[in-house]
Amino acid sequence: MALTGLFLCFFLIIHLLGNLQLLLPKEEAQLQYNLYSHFLSGNILIKIVSYVLYASILLHTIDAIYLSTKAKKASGETYVKDKRNRASKWYSRQMMLLGTIVFAFLVIHFKDFWYPYKFGSIETDINGNKDLYSLVVVSFQELWYVILYAVAILALGFHLLHGFFSAFRSVGLYHPYYTKIVKTIGIGFAVLMTFGYLIIPFYIFLKL
Amino acid sequence: MKIYLKIWRQKNKDTKGQLEDHTLDNVSAEMSFLEMLDMLNLKLAKSGERPVEFDHDCREGICGQCGVMINGIAHGPLKNTTTCQLHMRSFKDGDTIYIEPFKAKAFPVIRDLKVDRTGFDDIIAAGGYVSVNTGQAPEANSIPVTHNEAEAAFDSAACIGCGACVATCKNASAALFTSAKISQFTHLPQGKKESAKRTVDMVNRMEELDFGHCTNTEACQIECPQDISVLNIAKMNFEYNKAKLKK
Amino acid sequence: MTKEIHANIPEGDLKDKWSNYKAKAKLVNPNNRKKLEVIVVGTGLAGASAAASLAEMGYKVKSFCFQDSPRRAHSVAAQGGVNAMKNYKNDGDSVFRMFYDTLKGGDFRSREANTYRLAECSASLIDQAVAQGVPFGREYSGYLRNRSFGGVQVSRTFYARGQTGQQLLLGSYQALMRQKETGQVKLYARHEMLDLVTIDGKAKGIIARNLDTGEIERHGAHAVILATGGFGKIYYLSTLAMGCNASAIWRAHKKGALMANPSWTQIHPTSLPQSGEYQSKLTLMSESLRNDGRIWVPQDKNETRKPKDIPEEERDYYLERKYPAFGNLAPRDIASRSAKEQIDAGKGIGALKNAVYLDFSHAIKEYGQDVIEERYGNLFTMYEKITGINAYKEPMKISPSAHFSMGGLWVDYDLMTTTPGLFAIGEANFSDHGANRLGANSLLQACVDGYYIAPYTLQNYLADEIQVAKTDVNHPAFDEAEKQVKSQLEKFVNLKGNKTAEEFHRELGKILYDKCGLSRSEDGLKKAITDIQNLREEFHENLLVPGDVEDINSELEKAGRVSDYFELAELMCIDALRREESCGAHFREEFQTEEGEAMRNDAEYSYSAAWEWSGQASEPILNKEPLKFEYVKPTQRNYK
Repeated sequence: MALTGLFLCFFLIIHLLGNLQLLLPKEEAQLQYNLYSHFLSGNILIKIVSYVLYASILLHTIDAIYLSTKAKKASGETYVKDKRNRASKWYSRQMMLLGTIVFAFLVIHFKDFWYPYKFGSIETDINGNKDLYSLVVVSFQELWYVILYAVAILALGFHLLHGFFSAFRSVGLYHPYYTKIVKTIGIGFAVLMTFGYLIIPFYIFLKL
Repeated sequence: MKIYLKIWRQKNKDTKGQLEDHTLDNVSAEMSFLEMLDMLNLKLAKSGERPVEFDHDCREGICGQCGVMINGIAHGPLKNTTTCQLHMRSFKDGDTIYIEPFKAKAFPVIRDLKVDRTGFDDIIAAGGYVSVNTGQAPEANSIPVTHNEAEAAFDSAACIGCGACVATCKNASAALFTSAKISQFTHLPQGKKESAKRTVDMVNRMEELDFGHCTNTEACQIECPQDISVLNIAKMNFEYNKAKLKK
Repeated sequence: MTKEIHANIPEGDLKDKWSNYKAKAKLVNPNNRKKLEVIVVGTGLAGASAAASLAEMGYKVKSFCFQDSPRRAHSVAAQGGVNAMKNYKNDGDSVFRMFYDTLKGGDFRSREANTYRLAECSASLIDQAVAQGVPFGREYSGYLRNRSFGGVQVSRTFYARGQTGQQLLLGSYQALMRQKETGQVKLYARHEMLDLVTIDGKAKGIIARNLDTGEIERHGAHAVILATGGFGKIYYLSTLAMGCNASAIWRAHKKGALMANPSWTQIHPTSLPQSGEYQSKLTLMSESLRNDGRIWVPQDKNETRKPKDIPEEERDYYLERKYPAFGNLAPRDIASRSAKEQIDAGKGIGALKNAVYLDFSHAIKEYGQDVIEERYGNLFTMYEKITGINAYKEPMKISPSAHFSMGGLWVDYDLMTTTPGLFAIGEANFSDHGANRLGANSLLQACVDGYYIAPYTLQNYLADEIQVAKTDVNHPAFDEAEKQVKSQLEKFVNLKGNKTAEEFHRELGKILYDKCGLSRSEDGLKKAITDIQNLREEFHENLLVPGDVEDINSELEKAGRVSDYFELAELMCIDALRREESCGAHFREEFQTEEGEAMRNDAEYSYSAAWEWSGQASEPILNKEPLKFEYVKPTQRNYK
């Protein structure tokens, strides 16, 4: 759980860095983004990484299902009066829910961008690269799509807020001082990712 | 003061339980929570009903035998307090108090508020000790332990084994309990040699026993009467991963 | 008819006796050990350590406790520390001095040889506990730390914050669980021993009740060890756990084992006072508080001001005044009795005027609050939890409370009772503390008995049992014992009276505390005996036990315990009445010096009273074990 999670965190950074190119002025963004996408799909190293990514997503999901089934079984009967929530953050208890939202989003995300890009027929730009840029920009013209995207990113944000530090704990980081630092970094990371990913659709939706 | 109770009654682990209503008049603020239950039981006995079975022994917060969910919180509203140390001054006249047993698959209900926590003993039996026979010990001062390490070991060793951590955890995980013992020994030179085996055996036993998995919500430490740190769990993870990698 | 009782003290000089014993004791070949079964009842420090040690040696052990886990036995609650002669402080300690302190603390009413052995074995215990990982307090150098503890002038007490008992118990509990894992120990938690089974006069097993199901079980063995602790709970309000009881030793007593000095109960000076009728127990505050706290009462009994508004000259620091050499650290019996004097004189404080002040303001001024917090933080927190009062701001209120039973089953040097094959260790026996126990000696005795003595002496007994077949639990003796146990339980349930065991216990406790507690008198004791007899009669007619026999039933458990208390209570009063002297915790008002101190009568009472069950609670038979002092000369205790 922790290892796949941390790898996915790493991927989020790379993915965000790539996507931030969408914020460039339109002409520049289109060419560069498409070139970047082409580069990603061509490189053998990246290919390996991407398979690790798919595997991580799958393992992370399977592990999550296993853990929550186990938790449900272990918890036994529910309390009539349950105030246990005073002792922990809601998002730390709702990792499965948040994760499910993120997963559902991923399915849509793959269907809308990854599948057409990989297997669908798609226009090319003047450099002959597939024009993923336009696909993205067109998608984000729809308000409902932006909202869907925003909800998913918020879910991801809270998922990270707990997941990041929790992963370090599970790996075994126990030093009181460093755990504090990691917790702070985790918060920063979650906030950064959330805002980073949120800027893009809103930028495209509002500006164009 | 007048107190309304909604108290869990269950005949045994195979039957279903439910809440039962009782009202107590003249509860004094100086009474301990368990003395309030004594009062209820006396009332029940006199009226020909079965008293409520609940676990308790030392009534001074150290044996770990008491422990119920009070208004949905393990050991009730006060921080770092066992059920027996909770006093009625924490409640107001006219309050309704829900009392339920600790619930987890690994803690089956024996009757009413009594649960079976043998799982904890089994986890300790799997490796929660230094394997030293009577008579094998070397001179005490030949094993120096720095003041800080001894204190840190004590912090972990202070666990009273009440089970509030499991009852509070949404996963019903026994990670805090198990890790406190593992962690105690990592601070001490005694038993270092068997550290890897101890960790793996105890963690495996915990897994076998219907306890859930830790997801670091940290609720256990908040409700722990002894304020055992969740960092013990991280330490256990570290030791476990280390042991697995070395293997 | 009185019995011949022999303490079986080995020959030789005091310091050689235990070595001589070990040199000559019979052994059991490792191959034979696995054929021999031992029942250990109780999993406190004595029981767990004995069970674990015997299992390590290769014996088959069955371990019983009434709690839901062995780790919960009441040794867990001991706070202050454990004494051991290591002389790490280089402050003049020695085995002899420790022996002498213990003997003197017990007012010269214990057996020299046993007490000496306790001191002699004390050092190994610390080694063992440290090796188990018990986190004792340490110096910054990494070496073990010591502190001084009530009534002695050297620092020989080892401690693990204010939870020494817990940590030591976890050490032996873990050792026990280790043996459980190997299968060498079979664990029976939530089982209560209800009778001892003897065959041809030898202890051969027990009848136990599974407290979860109500089922009556038979367990046979080659020997039985009782490590069932003390019976201070007989006073109802005490520092003991709710479940602590005398039933195991009392039922063994009724099967022939002698009961020694039952009236010697230590009343601990620093517990929290009773605050109301409903109260079920009194919480102990570690005696270590007396190292820095000063005890006082207002001089004027009509004092109404808050403690901090009472000027120094209007306070009476009575311990410091009466005992300048020891002051607030005077032994427990003296501190308790002095408190009672003040309370009886109307100077008690608090709403019920039943307490005295324990004041830290001077210590806080001298060392700073942080130092006091480091030393006693957990106790101050506990105090606040229970009383709602911050003791850094105002003095604690403390009062004496029943704590430790120096009396118990009579045992010889082997810790064997008068019933062959029945051993009693720890607080359950009477052996080492005389008429009063020194602070931090109880953990010590429990551990030493369990780790270092029982394994040798039991083996000495078992060596003759190798040829004896496994005990047959279908023997008529088991039938008979089981029948009696069952009929008693059924009787309790069928009485259907209207007073619960708890209510009877409360009344009994009050009689005992008033008449057979801190101070006793002939008239009071005689009155108490009549009162107990009357109440006991009522108990057997008017007891109310809801629920069934064959089911989990806490009320039924209590009924059995209280029933035994009623018989033991009378024996305590008879014992106190027959001992016409004052010694240690036993203070007879008729026998005191002009200054109000205990006055011993060595000429007539230098003996242990070993009582024999006659079949009638009111007619016990007195056997005397004379105490011979060859190595020390009994002196009048003087803590001035």
